Parts: sequence; C-alpha cells; structure tokens
Amino acid sequence: MSRIADYRQVAPQGTVEIIERLAEKVRGRRVVHVSGGRLGGGPAQILRAAVPILNDLGLDTRWEITGGDSTYYATVRALQAALEGTERVFTQEGVDRYLETNRLNAKKLDLGADFVFAHDVQPASLVTGRTGGRWLWRCHFDCSAPQHGAWTIFRTLVNQFDAAVFSLPQYARRLGVPAYILHPSIDPLSDKNRDLPPRELAVALAALRVVQDKPLLLQVGRFTRGHDPLGVVNAYRIVKKHHDVRLLLAGEAEDDPDSREVLADLREAARGDADITILELPAEAHIQINALQRAATIVLQKSVQEGFEMGAAEAMWKGQPVIGGATSGLAQQVLHDVTGYLVRSVEGAAFRIRHLLNNREQIPRMGAAGREHARRAFLLTRHLLDDLALMVHLTA
Amino acid sequence: MMRATDVPFVFKGCVELRQALDLHALDERELLDGVRAAPPDSIFFHTYGYFLRHRPFTTAFGNDFARWAAVELRDQVLAERLAVVDPFSFPTLDELREDLVTIVQDHVRGTDAVLRLPFARGFHFQQSHLVEVPLGPSARTLREFRDGLARVDASAIYLHMVDARARRGPGAGDFTEWVRASLGMEALAEKFERIDAYLQTLERVRGRLLNLVDAALEEGDE
Repeated sequence: MSRIADYRQVAPQGTVEIIERLAEKVRGRRVVHVSGGRLGGGPAQILRAAVPILNDLGLDTRWEITGGDSTYYATVRALQAALEGTERVFTQEGVDRYLETNRLNAKKLDLGADFVFAHDVQPASLVTGRTGGRWLWRCHFDCSAPQHGAWTIFRTLVNQFDAAVFSLPQYARRLGVPAYILHPSIDPLSDKNRDLPPRELAVALAALRVVQDKPLLLQVGRFTRGHDPLGVVNAYRIVKKHHDVRLLLAGEAEDDPDSREVLADLREAARGDADITILELPAEAHIQINALQRAATIVLQKSVQEGFEMGAAEAMWKGQPVIGGATSGLAQQVLHDVTGYLVRSVEGAAFRIRHLLNNREQIPRMGAAGREHARRAFLLTRHLLDDLALMVHLTA
Repeated sequence: MMRATDVPFVFKGCVELRQALDLHALDERELLDGVRAAPPDSIFFHTYGYFLRHRPFTTAFGNDFARWAAVELRDQVLAERLAVVDPFSFPTLDELREDLVTIVQDHVRGTDAVLRLPFARGFHFQQSHLVEVPLGPSARTLREFRDGLARVDASAIYLHMVDARARRGPGAGDFTEWVRASLGMEALAEKFERIDAYLQTLERVRGRLLNLVDAALEEGDE
C-alpha cells in the first residue's frame, strides 16, 4: 500500500511537505467518500489511490458504495446520461425508486463524518438524509448542458450540499452553493503509471504481441464515437502514404451496443492491413496499458466529445508527445506546441503526426515537457493538495 | 558575527483553491461586461494569480484575459494590448480593472464584428482562496533564510513576493520587510524591492533572491 512518503521521489520539490502541513490542520477528522462502485476508472481509480494515503496522513477516511436493484441502476444511468446532455426518458417511478433505494442505502452505510464526498449521480440523493458534517457533491463529468428535466430533479439535490466540485469551470452549472474546481489526477505509483523495468516492459509487450520494428502510433480509449477511433484510422492512412508506421488501438471491451458497433466498424476498416492492431483489454489491464504507452512513438487521444479522461496525462507522464482532440479536458492536459498538439480534424491529426515523424528531435523534447507538466498539474499529489485545501477552507 | 533576530521569518506555502463563478464570456463584448462585473477577487485571480500558474515552458501571456484573446479568440491585437498590463503598476484592483475595461472597450469600439465562441471555449470567470501553511524551520539569520529560500515550495515565493506586493503595494513583500525590520539590512532590502516579479517565473524570482543573498553573505554584510 502506498504511503505519502513514497511520493517524494515523483512529486515536485516541496509538495509533500505542504501536503503534510495541510493534513496537520485536519488530522483526526472523519472523511467518507461515497461512490457507485470500486472498479473501473474515473472516481474509483482516484479513490483507490487517495483513500489509503489520506489515512496515512492521519485523516480517518472510509470509502462506501451504494447499490440497488436493476431499476435503480437503470435510472442512475439514464440520469447521468441526461445530465451529460443526452436525451433520455426516465419515469417518475424510476426516480422514486432511486430516491427510496438511497434512503435504504443511508440506513446501511456509516455516513457520520466531518466531510462526506458523494461522487457523481449514484450516491447524490443520500444528501436528503444528511445529519451532520460538510457534504460535497463531486461531479466528475461535464454537466454544463444537461437535459432540462434531469437538471430540474438534480438541482434540488445539489443545492442541499454545502458545495459542489467540478473538474473544469465550464462543466459547472448555476447553483445556490459554491462550485470549486479540482482537476482529476493520475497515480504515478500505480501499475498503470509506475516505471517498468526493461524486462517487465519486454515481457508485457511480448504477451501483447507488439512488434517494435516501426514507429508506433497508439490510441488508448473506449471504442466509442466520442473517442473517434475511426478518425484515428483515417489519420493513420494519410500518414502511411509517407511513413511506414504501425497503429495500435487499445481499449476496454464493453458490452453496450454502441461500442460493439464501433468495434465492428473498426475491424472492417482495419481489414487487410497487418500494421493496424486492435486490442480489446480487460478493465484491469493496467500494466499492459502502461507498457503500450511506453512503447509508443506518438500517442493519440483524438476525442471529439467533452470529458476529462486522463489518457493524455498518463502518456505525458511516460514522456510521450500527445496529439489530442481540442476538447476542454484535453486542452488542459496537452499544451499545444509544447507537450503535443491539439487538433480539430483527421487531417490535423495526420499533419501533426507527419510533422513529428519528420522532425524526430522534437519527440523527446515534447515528451520531457509533457512529463514535467504532468508532474506539476496531474499527479495524485496535486489532487491531495486540492482536496486537503478544500477541507481546510471549509473548516476555517 | 552573523546577525540574528528575535523575530524569525516563517516561510509559508499556499494552495490556490479555485472557485467557479457563474460569469462567462463567449465574445469580446461579454468579456467587457464580465471584467466590469467580476468581483475583485476574480480580477486578482486572472491577473496576479497568473504568475502562480505560469510555467517556464509555456508561452507567457501576462494574464488569463490576454491568453484567452490569443488562444481562443485568435485576436492577436487585443491579446497584445492586454498582455502588457502590468498588475504591479496599479495601486488598487479597481484601477487595474479600469485599465482592463478601457483596453477591451476601445478595442471593441474599433471592431466591426466579433467572433462568438462555443460555451466550452469561452472565458469562465473564477476566483480563488489561498490556503496558507507554514513550512520548514523558521529563519533567524540570513544564512538560515538562504537555506529555507532554496528549499521551499515555489508557492512560498508567490505568497511572499507576488501576493504580498499585490496586497500591500509595489516593492513591498514579506522578504523585504523582514530583512529590513528584523535583520536591519537596508541595502539588501532595497535590492529585494527592485526585483521585478512581472513576467518572470517563480523559480527565476527565487534565483534572483538567492543571488542577492549569496552576494550579501560573501560580502559579510549579514
């Protein structure tokens, strides 16, 4: 289990000292994080790393999860999608089941704490039964343009918290409580991001059958339209006319019909080209993704949909230049012309790939700048600084 | 014999806790309205606060307004006019705000059409709360001050040199006041006052402070 002292080797000078001094101000306070599950990325990935360290720092920190029946989960999914701007139909019966199930969850969970962080939609209505402490709604997604009906339901819940926390100011909504801004982070000591010894790296790549005889273009991300894997294939085809490269698209295998359709389209597009590899990986393939990001020549993150996924920061931490879609989350991570490039089209992506392949000396230079940017702005240590500062501020 | 003081210098670091405001600009006219309406802490965040966030490997714009004009609006003229606004040259935030308003207003009056951006690329006004924490052992001599200065997190340089000057006036600063009042080193205090923190990275400001302290230590002027 990681301890805060382990992070001195990777955090900027002086950061761990500030974390420890901030923690002294809230030492002994009870903190509860409540989320919808312990697996996967997003909030779960951050909490897996942060909760043990907050305990190591002297805060009594627990992590609870809520659950319910199929109607409960269906309503949560519909509410979340609607808050993200997708048109969804949900019934009053479903909403009532969501509220009632969380009333039951509240009776089962120990929510007595000085700070209660409810992550995203699933545990949010627990706030209706709050008894004490400061309650914060941590929203990890973009809810700047929600479906009106969903927001009408949800706004009354959010306004019962003491504050909301968003990843970017443009993701926030008009609220009756303060809205703080905290970027997400990556854990530099996790299997997904830690240094890999050469032998471990070689073994991981061999198991994935990755051949390193040519420059490797890599995109890691879900197989969805929002991540534009087909656009990446089209950019690769433009580049391929001039450079003998390989393209590897890696992502988590998902069951939903949209992902299956995209994956089928992708396989069709890649048919007959031995230099394109599509890898479906399980959710726990952290070392494999780590190895792929280290083996890549250029990493792509060609998202066309808003969101603050951390693939670019992960690649930058491994010293790779990143060509990313010009979304708000990626614009925070990829500093255009410094740590990589932001692009708005397939042609733009192809142009920047060709530019880097023709000017190879820029690749390590951008990679080094990216690693320093990630070190200062997107490591777990920065996240802990923000979380602790928020608790100190709310206590003052 | 090294001078020691009974009033030790306590280095403090800070964390900038950001807060979103429900105030957004999607074009230059809305930027004008926003600069007029934003609370003083927001003007502070987007001007002085820029120096806490600016990194040596990124392009310097001087403040968030100039950066947005250059990167999102692609209006290089407005970006250049805003970039040269040196917040340290204004005695109050109201006067700094007035200068920003005048620049944007004059620019908008001379422009036929303004580009309107999607919400995600707009200027989103924020403000911040600085949460301060004491760092490391305190300094009673110039040598101890030098050791602490070399080691502390860069946010301490911001707090003692940039934030202190912004709150108390140009040339001031916690380092200056301590070496003058507690160590009685007037010459060194005057040299600290002349350090221009505008458009410098915090590490460069630290380097210049260390050079001045090292010179004072070598001259035995401590």
